[in-house]
Formats: sequence, C-alpha cells, structure tokens
Amino acid sequence: MKAAVIVFPGSNCDRDCKVAIERSTGAAVEMVWHAETELPKGLDLIVLPGGFSYGDYLRCGAMAALSPIMGEVKVAAGRGVATIGICNGFQVLCEAQMLPGALLRNEALKYVCKTVELEITNAQTRFTAGYAGRRQVAMTVGNGEGNFFTDPATLARLEGEGQVVFRYVDNPNGSTAAIAGIVNDAGNVLGLMPHPDRAFEAELGSADGAILFQSALASA
Amino acid sequence: MKATVHVFLKPGVLDVQGKAVEQALHGLGWPDVAHVRVGRTIEFELAAKDAATAEAEVKAMCDKLLANTVIESYRVEVA
Repeated sequence: MKAAVIVFPGSNCDRDCKVAIERSTGAAVEMVWHAETELPKGLDLIVLPGGFSYGDYLRCGAMAALSPIMGEVKVAAGRGVATIGICNGFQVLCEAQMLPGALLRNEALKYVCKTVELEITNAQTRFTAGYAGRRQVAMTVGNGEGNFFTDPATLARLEGEGQVVFRYVDNPNGSTAAIAGIVNDAGNVLGLMPHPDRAFEAELGSADGAILFQSALASA
Repeated sequence: MKATVHVFLKPGVLDVQGKAVEQALHGLGWPDVAHVRVGRTIEFELAAKDAATAEAEVKAMCDKLLANTVIESYRVEVA
C-alpha cells in the first residue's frame, strides 16, 4: 500500500499525517512538494494535510488549490484514488472545486481547539466502513475557519445522496447542518475539519482516526 | 488600466467579522450603525485595449481566483 502526503508551503500537519498513516496502516508514505508536477506511481491514498498553506493568503486554501501538483491530484482523484483533505486540506479541496461548499470563519470568531464527538452520518463510505457498527467517534478540531457553508440546494443534495459523512454532536463553529465532513458524489474524495491524524493512538486521547486511514486503504 | 475589485460575502452568508465590528461601533457610541459588512479590496494594473475588455478580463480573474463565488460576490471598477 502506498500513500502520498502533499506538502504546501505553510502545511504544518504533513509529518503528523505521515506518521499517522504509517503507524495505523503500515503503508509507505511519500511526501510530495506542491511544486511537483507528477505524483508517485501506484498511489492508493492521497492526503492533503492541515496547516496554513500560503499563510491563508486571499482565502484559506485558495492559493494551494492552484499549486502545480493539484492538477495531478485532480486527475488521480478522477481515476478513483482515495483522497482525504484534513482541515486546511478540506479548504483546499473546496477551493479546488473537488468538493462542494466552502469554509467560513467560525461563527464565534474564535479559533476552536478541542476534542469533538462526531456522529458517523454515513457508515457506508469507503472511509467509514471500518467503523463497523459504531455510530460515534472522537477526534480533535483545531480551526479558525471551519464553518462549513453551502447553499440550501447543495445541502439537500449532500444529505439526499449520503455525502454527509461526519456531523458534530455539539457544533463548535456554526457549520451548516453541523457538518464536519463530506465526500464527493463519486465517494472517493473526503474532506473533514477534525483531525484523524491527531487521533490514531490511544495515547493521543483517541485512536478513532486510525480506522479512517485503515478503511481508506482497505478499499483501495 | 487600473482595476479595483471589491469582494464581499454574499448577502445570505453570515459575515461574523461585520457583526463583531458593528457591535464594537455600538459600544463606542454609534448605536445606529447597522448592516456592517467587512470585505476586501484588490487593486492592480493591467494592459487592455479598452475598458470593456479589461472588465471582462478582471471578471474572469474574479471567477478563477479573486473571489470564491460559492460564498462571495464581487464588484469590478476599471479606469
């Protein structure tokens, strides 16, 4: 199994993602600089990590969405490669129009950093299949602009098609319909604000994030 | 030509910064201030044969990068 973590200038969870994927799945993880124009061959998983790519200039994720490597990420995702955007990575996926919606400033204007309980809204996705019968998981969030927004028509489509994957039990940032994570209509691109990469061993307070990486690779 | 682009959150999108600024202005003794919106202005120069061409170019730039039309609307001035 082979995974790639994309590194943008200002990413700060790239190494966390590498260690989390390696320890929870045993996959080989390559770090890919944003200026590259080719992805490693034979990838089973691509992860866009958290951080502050390009210093959040213009809008969170806006500049990173135009990085040279993103063209390749789009092609790979179009071929069905499992792709996960975590936190800033979720913002990048929205800005790159690989996922619908956008992330706004948190409703209370505060950076939120804490453990959150998440409802698994759709347990049938390739990213959540490994949670078996579980309906709730715990991960941490750390974001200032994690307030997921989408228009009512898109929201109805997301809900109707089972594209809402995770929902906050106690909405920390004002997200529309308490949405914490969504998948694209093909089901192979996941964006979520909570950090599975900070919840992959019990010592971190939760090991629930490990199952997400395991599921993503088990379905590859 | 000089282009000025004003980008604001769309009317239906909650502008929490605007709301916070409005509350601060109320606290400073301007209780009548209402509907504060905080946006951003982007200025630049570009070469174009006329204003209409420039405006079309700038609008394309807005749709591709300068604004996120999922949440933002923009207004373009060229001179």
